[in-house]
Amino acid sequence: MADIIYDKAAVGAALDRMALAIRSQGNDIALIGIERGGARVADAVQQRLERAGCMVVRGNLDISFYRDDLDTIGSNPEVRPSHMPFDVSGRTVWLVDDVLYTGRTIRAALGEVFDYGRPDAVRLCVLLDRGGRQLPIAADVAGLMHAADAGCSVKLVTEDVSENDWHIEQRRVRA
Amino acid sequence: MSQALQHLFGIGQLSREQIEYLIDMGESFVELSRRPIKKAPTLRGKTVINLFFENSTRTRTSFEIAGKRLSADVINISASTSATSKGESLLDTGETLAAMQPHVLVIRHSLAGTCEFLADFLPHTSIVNAGDGAHEHPTQILTDLLTLKTQADGYQGKTVTIVGDIAHSRVARSHLLAAQKLGYKIRLVAPKTLLPSHVRQYGCEVFHDFDAAIPGSDVLYMLRVQSERLTDNCAFPSIREYHEAYGLNRKRLAQAGDNCVVMHPGPMNRGVEIASDVADSARSRILDQVEHGVAIRMAVLTALCGAAPEPEKLSPKKEKAAAAMQAQGKLL
Repeated sequence: MADIIYDKAAVGAALDRMALAIRSQGNDIALIGIERGGARVADAVQQRLERAGCMVVRGNLDISFYRDDLDTIGSNPEVRPSHMPFDVSGRTVWLVDDVLYTGRTIRAALGEVFDYGRPDAVRLCVLLDRGGRQLPIAADVAGLMHAADAGCSVKLVTEDVSENDWHIEQRRVRA
Repeated sequence: MSQALQHLFGIGQLSREQIEYLIDMGESFVELSRRPIKKAPTLRGKTVINLFFENSTRTRTSFEIAGKRLSADVINISASTSATSKGESLLDTGETLAAMQPHVLVIRHSLAGTCEFLADFLPHTSIVNAGDGAHEHPTQILTDLLTLKTQADGYQGKTVTIVGDIAHSRVARSHLLAAQKLGYKIRLVAPKTLLPSHVRQYGCEVFHDFDAAIPGSDVLYMLRVQSERLTDNCAFPSIREYHEAYGLNRKRLAQAGDNCVVMHPGPMNRGVEIASDVADSARSRILDQVEHGVAIRMAVLTALCGAAPEPEKLSPKKEKAAAAMQAQGKLL
């Protein structure tokens, strides 16, 4: 049984705060969404930034081929091509993801970003920080904070709903 | 669900889902090769050995580039430099290499079934068939399918017309098997001397007149005349006559529909099965096939190096072989 821990209003307000926090650091912005959830969040943040008059360039990363668990869980059955239409070298780029948990996805994404070039700085913006980090990685901007224990799965639900109905649900997967 | 494979022997062993999974993964690898830094850490710490008993520059290079771009260590061994030239048996060569603990052995051999034979004795090494005689060449067909998917608007319901030396073509055989699984149609065009009679069992259309097969084709897939396998020189009277009857020239291409594309598994013999201007025309997808070949081989290596299959999925024969090897103290 899944509980809705943040409803559409809370998610919408969090996206507004994230856009505001990113905008406070400059108007020329490079956003990189991490497939798949992060790419959706990046779309939503990008719309808000553009409405506020910012210049936004966008990329998406699929980090399937940079993961460290090929040996334990096998290859991801659903991979998408990464797409980086701008040069990351010499600029500040924002990595965008939906839920920040162990930090392993971000570690993999950092590796992939640096395979495209040498950014001046990489910053991390997430919709929800659920705690439980296994690596020394922290978000620069987190829209929401929620301490979930290790037996729970926390995810942003965007499937089958329009952007206005996004919500975050928590489900216990093991005791 | 993970789609991990232990070996890749042929398209015949794969389900439709596994084929589509490999093609989709290959599609996402195409982008990697277009980046300025063409390297991902996916297969870091894995060892891939290319063991080629027959010459092949493009397949071997393609596997080598695929492995290296994914950070695997790739070693190439060709028959002329291997100990087989000193009289070592195939099985001994295989066991010797397997004892060096590679993750993947990529094998090309002139005899059909070489890979299956070796796999029974090498339980801890994944084996990829890179062409075994006139039997199968699974990474080539997967490459063609990726090209069809991206350059010809998919394969579903399409008509692929394969022209030329069907008798010696493992690609033609693989397409016949894949077409049944994926729902596209095959037309085979060849002189009777280059067309084995058993192909009709696959439910394909057979033509001896190339011009009659062109209308309605979505792909004209030209095969190389494998002169090295045509030992008795009696399949057709002359190269020139072959080109007249079965070569793809501009005049023939003009009879095809506007969206019809030209493919060739390479290496091409310009002026034999394909006219030079056709090979270089805007309809040609031949170089896309080469690019996709690297991406597909990346996908295959990744699928093979993924999580190992459950022990119960090993065939009884392999378990027996593994137990026997363990008993002999060959394994750590």
